[in-house]
Amino acid sequence: MKNRGFSPFRFLTYLLVIGAYAALQVLQARSELSATMRGMLVPICAYVVMAVSLNLTVGVLGELSLGHAGFMSVGAFLGTSTAIALQDRIPVAGVRLAVALVVAAIFAAVAGFLIGIPVLRLNGDYLAIVTLAFGEIIKAIFNNLYLGVDAKGVHVSLLEDATNTAETGRLIIQGPMGIGGIQKISTFTAGFVLIMISLIVIFNLVNSRAGRAIMAIRDNPIAAQSVGVNVVKYKMMAFVVSAALAGSAGALFAMNYSTVVANKFDFNTSILILVFVVLGGLGNMFGSIVAAAVLTILPEALRPIAEYRMLLYAVLLILMMLIANHPFVRGLFNRFKRTGQIQLEAGADETEGEVA
Amino acid sequence: MNFIIQFVNSLTSGGGGYQLLNHIINGISLGSVYAIIALGYTMVYGIAKMLNFAHGDVIMVGAYVCFYAFNAMKLPEPLAMCAPLLAVCAAVVVCTLLGVGIEKLAYKPLRAAPSLAVLITAIGVSYFLQNAALLLWSSSPKVFPSFFVIRTTDADGESVVLRSVQLGAVSISYVTIVTIVSCVVIMLWLTWFTGRTKMGKAMRACSEDKAAAQLMGIDVNATISLTFAIGSGLAAIAGALLCSAYPNLVPTTGSMPGIKAFTAAVFGGIGSIPGAFLGGLLLGVLEIFAKAYISVQLSDAVVFAVLIVVLLVKPTGLLGRAIREKV
Amino acid sequence: MKKKLLCALLALSMLFVLAACNGAPAENPGNNDAQTSGDTNTPGGAQTPDDTQAPADNGESQSEPEPAAPDDQAGLSGETEPEPAAPVEGAFKLGGTGPLTGGAAIYGNAAKNGAQIAADEINAAGGAVKFELRYEDDAHDAEKAVNAYNALKDWGMQISLGSVTSKPAEATSAESFADGIFSLTPSASSPATIAGKDNVFQMCFSDPNQGTASAQYIGMQNLAKSVAVIWKSDDVYSKGIRDTFLEEADAQGLDIVSDTTFSDGNATDFSVQLNDAKNNGAELVFLPMYYEPASLILAQASAMGYAPKWFGVDGMDGILTMQGFDASLAEGVMLLTPFNADATDDATAKFVAEYQRRFGETPNQFAADGYDCVYAYKQALEAANATPDMGAAALNDLMKAQFTSMTFRGLTGDEMTWDASGAVSKLPKGMVIQNGAYVGMD
Repeated sequence: MKNRGFSPFRFLTYLLVIGAYAALQVLQARSELSATMRGMLVPICAYVVMAVSLNLTVGVLGELSLGHAGFMSVGAFLGTSTAIALQDRIPVAGVRLAVALVVAAIFAAVAGFLIGIPVLRLNGDYLAIVTLAFGEIIKAIFNNLYLGVDAKGVHVSLLEDATNTAETGRLIIQGPMGIGGIQKISTFTAGFVLIMISLIVIFNLVNSRAGRAIMAIRDNPIAAQSVGVNVVKYKMMAFVVSAALAGSAGALFAMNYSTVVANKFDFNTSILILVFVVLGGLGNMFGSIVAAAVLTILPEALRPIAEYRMLLYAVLLILMMLIANHPFVRGLFNRFKRTGQIQLEAGADETEGEVA
Repeated sequence: MNFIIQFVNSLTSGGGGYQLLNHIINGISLGSVYAIIALGYTMVYGIAKMLNFAHGDVIMVGAYVCFYAFNAMKLPEPLAMCAPLLAVCAAVVVCTLLGVGIEKLAYKPLRAAPSLAVLITAIGVSYFLQNAALLLWSSSPKVFPSFFVIRTTDADGESVVLRSVQLGAVSISYVTIVTIVSCVVIMLWLTWFTGRTKMGKAMRACSEDKAAAQLMGIDVNATISLTFAIGSGLAAIAGALLCSAYPNLVPTTGSMPGIKAFTAAVFGGIGSIPGAFLGGLLLGVLEIFAKAYISVQLSDAVVFAVLIVVLLVKPTGLLGRAIREKV
Repeated sequence: MKKKLLCALLALSMLFVLAACNGAPAENPGNNDAQTSGDTNTPGGAQTPDDTQAPADNGESQSEPEPAAPDDQAGLSGETEPEPAAPVEGAFKLGGTGPLTGGAAIYGNAAKNGAQIAADEINAAGGAVKFELRYEDDAHDAEKAVNAYNALKDWGMQISLGSVTSKPAEATSAESFADGIFSLTPSASSPATIAGKDNVFQMCFSDPNQGTASAQYIGMQNLAKSVAVIWKSDDVYSKGIRDTFLEEADAQGLDIVSDTTFSDGNATDFSVQLNDAKNNGAELVFLPMYYEPASLILAQASAMGYAPKWFGVDGMDGILTMQGFDASLAEGVMLLTPFNADATDDATAKFVAEYQRRFGETPNQFAADGYDCVYAYKQALEAANATPDMGAAALNDLMKAQFTSMTFRGLTGDEMTWDASGAVSKLPKGMVIQNGAYVGMD
């Protein structure tokens, strides 16, 4: 365990995030950022947190999840509802945002726990399809959920608006219409802080006793069990942490727009996050961050080619996968791969084939 | 024939029974479409061990080719009956070539790569096909021609279009009958092909162990290409049947049925050919029942919840093979 | 190490992308506050004699014969659409977002094409007001809509066409209110689009209007007593109309015997909904939805031998022009619509012919709304004596004053006026489909 102490790789990751934040803040202060870039800062932060949290499940724990957007949805809806409900009690936007993010994380963690109970009994593709199923179920529930807040408290109903929210109160979640009239309180700084917190949580988890247990399960569950690792407990730990981070990312994302609907967090969004993770490298947080930022900006940067934009995006996606996995490129990488390799990556390379 | 009608009538004399029967028939007609798509999924997964997320979009391409081929054909009257068949054949040819092409360009270079990389590539191919279709055929919906109708004249000499056969109080559309029959035929053919023929055996060998199969003198690459060819050919047929039943054709036509059919394949045990058929039918019936008796809005949630329960009880699907993990 | 190298590569590519994103505005210092300096872009643009550009484009596509038969050509001719007009000198920069890709692409592309025809016509006529039109893709998603809106801001948009679909419009209209850029949406009909924003206007009816009008029509004309409603639960448009329809139906003494829904995920099979309506003895089925799912419902009802009266809303327009649609299925369908492509008045006939020539399809209501929006802008800008060198903020004030006071005559209404809330007032026409064509009801 040579990387117990100082790890150049972790250091580099933190440095990248802080550096990027500082550089963008300077650019913004000198108003050299285009409106497009300014508009994308918060979503990029949310997607980065989504990517690193999914990387914890897919890369570190080694279980393919196709329903990560479901946790984002839980956080987005419940976190935003909290912020709206507290609008009058907490006038300071920053504090309200922080409270909403924490509440979102808690709810998503609970959802992660509940879903984890059945999901973590399964393996491979079957686990993947069950997470997909849960993602779709969460979407269907939020598409039919009505939640109102008034002086008497919180009212919830499914399918039809039977909440009987008083005139003075407010119907916050309106079934398929989602939440409307959201105050935009998410900021780039909040996003930056959330990324830093996620990284600290994940790096500390990975490099702790629990983290080593999690990776042992990934590399060989049966061997891990035979040496006394509590497989269910550690799998659950990774899964719940991942869900909680995704929840707060969802809340951050939702409060950057004036409206949010459940259909936004569908299978395609889950896949999009998975693409970030795979492209950035399994278990590689640095890679996830870069991939999430690049792939969020890419479709916007391709706008000048208008209708060919998404076609080119698809081609680039395929090419990136082909090039990254070309025998020559892999061989080239392997030649360099020797010294100072951190445990995280070493494990990831060997197990990639087993995931999915 | 008479006794069938009598039987159906006896079943349908009570209002509830009639409703139930009606829902079952509607469920089977929806399920048969899922089943035929699921067969393609399971075929490719069983042999190449990859989730081909682009399958739904190959179906969409097949439907478009069929649509344009049918409309372009101006056959003289006696041959006009063959036009749908020829259109489907054209779609099968195009899709087979497309499937093999996709495999050669996008999947083959990744044979040694982690399966997640292949999954992402498949998603890339899916995006590509959807957006290419959007550019090529525009976004406005095309209405697929009704192949499976009988045009006759009624007693008053007015021409009528028959779309369904009446059995007492329930009606079964011709599309449903054709879909189920083709589904069964394809399933039996696939079972025979993979079980009895030399090429089929080679496929199964590749699915068991690629390296060992290669040592036995099997051309693994050619075998996998063949799998994709068959899978994509099936997709073309599925596309024609899907759009005959639900005639709107847009570039995203294939994606939702694709996901549902993928679920159906897992439901039945992915990799198992009879499993895909069974999974598809059950999923269709389940969906209609959930809509009718629980809630239309929550029908997808109910279907997925049942899927989860089934997987928890039988972790490899209904007919899937349990693989013991080696220590 | 391998990963690190890959990351370095990715990081490099990110830099390039960032540079690409920032490159264009960087050449134009001060472009960031688009409200005030959107105009600085225009004089700096290429000095080509661009007045000829638009007609030249038309000339090119004229060589494409008008495809009459639904064959391969018809589909491919969708591509012959002229390139987005090159910078027109001294023109107003008009931008809009809409779903140009994805499941809702029919609506976005129609609005874009309609607006493009109007802009090209106006530019070719060579009046005082010219437009440089740009549409960006939002894939029917609030996040991408805001991105698209920001891209338009970077480009220097002075006046906006908002968004085509309702949820994205809710997001972009909030932005456009905050930035003080005037917005006139062709088709985002939900009340939330304009609520609380004094500079966001609609060209289409708002949803509640239509629900009430439909129920009144059914009640007044005694079309039916027992009515079924099938609506799309995850569509603001559909839900908005259905809610007010139910309210007014109650007042009209209509009996709602069946009220069923569908959503994006299961918009193919309608057997359960239709059976419910049939078994509850509905004489009339109200379909507050767009024409694509409606066509499936009609086909499936026909397959199961169910033939009630059908009543649709403006989103139903376009059903007859779907390539390959069997018009006999829609025989007798009634709908309230402000536009129909079969109308014989000169303006509509000219627009429809031009649309078919350029895009190989018959325009639907979205296209007509897009077309009307650009002409409404032309009228308002001319009346206000606005010039293209005005900033977005100045135009915002002028347009607010104009739109609340003017009367506009367009394809989708004869006497359109707007109130201060941004909602349009125009009369829907009752239409019934007979022998594959619209016939006025009354």
